[in-house]
Amino acid sequence: MTDFPRWKYALVAIVLLLGVLYALPNLYPPQPAVQISANRGATVDQALQDKVQGALRKDGIAFQSAELGADRLLVRFANTEVQLRASDVLRQALGDQYVVALNLASTVPSWLRAIGANAMPLGLDLQGGVHFLMEVDQKAVLDKQQQRYVDDIRALLRDKGVRYLSVERGAQGVVATLRSDADRERAATLIVGEMPDLTVENGAVANDAYALNIAIKPDKLREIAQNIIKQNLGTLRNRVNALGVSEPIIQQQGDSRIVVELAGVQDTAEAKKILGATATLEYRAGIAGPGDPRTTDAVRNGNVPPEARLYYGRNGEPYLLSKKVIVTGDELADAASGFDQQTGSPKVDVTLNAAGAKKMLDFTTDNVGKPMAVVYIERTPETKIVDGKEVRTTKITEQVISYATVQGVFSKQFQTTGLASPKEASELALLLKAGSLAAPMDIVEERVIGPSLGQDNIRKGEQSVLLGLGAVLLAAALYYKLFGLVADIALFFNLVLLLAVMSMIGVTLTMPGIAGIVLTLGMAIDANVLICERVREELRNGSTPLASIRAGYDKAWATILDANVTHLIAAFGLMTLGSGPIKGFGVTLFIGILTSMFTSVTVTHAITALLHGGRKLKTLSV
Amino acid sequence: MEIFNPNSNIDFLGWRRVSVTISAILMIASVVLIFTRGLNYGLDFTGGVVVEVEYAQPVDVGEVRQALSAGGFENAVVQSLGGTRQLAIRLQPKGDQKNADKVAGDVVAALKAKRADVKLQRHDFVGPQVGEELRTGGVVAVIFVIIGIMIYLGLRFEKRFALAALASEVHDTVLTVGVFALVQREFDLTVLASVLAVVGYSINDKVVVFDRVRELFRSSRKADPEQILNRAINSTLSRTIITSLFTGITMAALYFFGGPVVHGFAITMLIGILIGTLSSIFFANPILLWLGVSKKDLMPVTRENPELARRP
Repeated sequence: MTDFPRWKYALVAIVLLLGVLYALPNLYPPQPAVQISANRGATVDQALQDKVQGALRKDGIAFQSAELGADRLLVRFANTEVQLRASDVLRQALGDQYVVALNLASTVPSWLRAIGANAMPLGLDLQGGVHFLMEVDQKAVLDKQQQRYVDDIRALLRDKGVRYLSVERGAQGVVATLRSDADRERAATLIVGEMPDLTVENGAVANDAYALNIAIKPDKLREIAQNIIKQNLGTLRNRVNALGVSEPIIQQQGDSRIVVELAGVQDTAEAKKILGATATLEYRAGIAGPGDPRTTDAVRNGNVPPEARLYYGRNGEPYLLSKKVIVTGDELADAASGFDQQTGSPKVDVTLNAAGAKKMLDFTTDNVGKPMAVVYIERTPETKIVDGKEVRTTKITEQVISYATVQGVFSKQFQTTGLASPKEASELALLLKAGSLAAPMDIVEERVIGPSLGQDNIRKGEQSVLLGLGAVLLAAALYYKLFGLVADIALFFNLVLLLAVMSMIGVTLTMPGIAGIVLTLGMAIDANVLICERVREELRNGSTPLASIRAGYDKAWATILDANVTHLIAAFGLMTLGSGPIKGFGVTLFIGILTSMFTSVTVTHAITALLHGGRKLKTLSV
Repeated sequence: MEIFNPNSNIDFLGWRRVSVTISAILMIASVVLIFTRGLNYGLDFTGGVVVEVEYAQPVDVGEVRQALSAGGFENAVVQSLGGTRQLAIRLQPKGDQKNADKVAGDVVAALKAKRADVKLQRHDFVGPQVGEELRTGGVVAVIFVIIGIMIYLGLRFEKRFALAALASEVHDTVLTVGVFALVQREFDLTVLASVLAVVGYSINDKVVVFDRVRELFRSSRKADPEQILNRAINSTLSRTIITSLFTGITMAALYFFGGPVVHGFAITMLIGILIGTLSSIFFANPILLWLGVSKKDLMPVTRENPELARRP
């Protein structure tokens, strides 16, 4: 039939085939599993697998399979209850050397995964877990930053012999009060020269007290605010990894909030403790790095020299560091990653405050050519029950995040070079800042969804999609007969395509998203109703069947386009302006409208043309 | 199968005084209700703690209330989540709000004291500041969507159509929210999402009728606006009602089988579909007529064949 060119048939066939392929993974439900990875020098090998299987058998926990991967062991279970019990048992049995994480293991066949077809990730409401919305207290950090400027300005003025009455934090920024106009002039020049992030302005004069108002530049303020969020995101990621959750979601929301979603986790108290840990830093003199015989001896035989302590790095490598602290995180003013101008290699610039600078100068004067390390420390408050009483303790985790050789004498500003990649540099800078300028976070929203509720929701969601679809299929077939059946095929493929696109983009499926799918199914049929009604009208007006089909599609198209574009605007609003459930719903609706325009118009047209083309028709079944 | 007489010629616009008066009264009533009774905002907007529990055996809401007040939770609101075993308990914890998990634990302990077969399903805590922002965000979203649609209609059709669409959108939204104020059903984020979906659905409906109005104006020689509007409504009547029914069927499936999470969503859509369908027939077109739509506003500016412009 000339109405419908060959290439369009090919397009329809290809799109539908791809749709089926990419929607297919969603038919394979993920399986509750526990993922075990090595923590500190430990290895994932056959011995671990035997140990894990032994521990599970001992407690009579049935598992379906245990797969040994490159750096992880995956044990699959029949349901979430067994999974939770198993993870408790395994955590006890394996101790600190391994991270035991809850996981939903994919059961999608490997040939599908090879072409990049994966199932949609499930939202918390469908798999259970905890959701936190944390608000970062930016003001606390700004206050701290201002206090640092106060200290630095005092030190600067003292150094340069400018006598001042006071330097204090004022209502807005810092106020320095000096004894004469000339002193004020000098102070202003010094401050602007030494601290490019500050602006100065002459303030009130009273009884030989000359005020100088000092403010932080808006650009710098914005930068500080952005950094606060970034560094909190970074530290949260580190901490969540320690919590052993696979695929956690940690995202910025708005200007000052962070969303943390931990699938599978049920114990909020534990999660909150770890998320709420406080971080600090210590610069220490290095004694021996990994590979040094003294370090190896200390690790093997416990022979730690009296002036040293044994620490571990991020990959579990051991270090011997001095017991004496050079500078702490409180004395670190700023850290930023960048590139070394001479060598082009990644680096981290560190700025200390006045007190820290002096200590650093003393240390480096005597220790050029010797190593210096940075230890990152996290304190997590814990409550334990000892003899029936609650005892508050603090769990301290220490980690060497940098180990470098002192190349020269420095004090206030110095840089760490020799980092492997820009990513490592920015990570180090983030950790340094996190340890020095930890912004307090408040939990402003907390949601916990039980695992059985999640499964219940999936079941109900599936049911309502299938029943909604079935009812419309039936109604359309009854009311529009053959044209209805064609619309039914298109509607079914609309669901397939919608799922395929959502899976390809990786949209997280949530309950509101399922509601969006059902609504899309209900509204997608509208295009077919429009077409069928038009075709009927044309037939009533006395057109021939084939002409009716052609005119029906042509005339209905303008209407379908207008109706769908306006609907798309609504979906776009939901998608961009909404948060949480509204967003999930909006995304589904948006994709659904687009796929429905294709299936309801192009696909049905192709089928109709195929059915009626090249035949002499007397009537149409519509 | 055909339910509607294809040659129906009902004089819908003849009833326009009555229908628009009824619409106006309903709108005023809705606004009054929204401002006097207010909406029964859900946890998303008010902040607080909600605890969902499930009993192994059917339970009486009164019994749960008793157990709660015995445990010291006098101000708790207990709601059934469809069925007799699942319940939601809403609380406004005093003082230390950060201990939401402790509150949840205490609630379950209080319930367990009375009956042991209760299990915690989930608990939510929302801080008060988050709720405030969501409310403003929601209003902004509704306004943005309505304005976006108006601009599109103003460009594709004509400004009178955009205004009539705006009036009907406001009408449908206010009435839908008004129903929530009347029955005091919980208004949470999912309901807000579906109010926005109602805006989308109802505009979809209006555009179909408007499209036919435009077509009829362009094709008919004698263009009496009232007659043309009536013909447009009549010839799209079958489609308007069939589509509402089809969408209604799916939403009913969602309502009956989707579980408590999407109850609010489905019921809002059902209400919105009903209101939107009626307003497509009885409200949008009278407004269009009063705004003075005419044939010459709708003729294509360029004298090209209009049939060509419309092909996909």
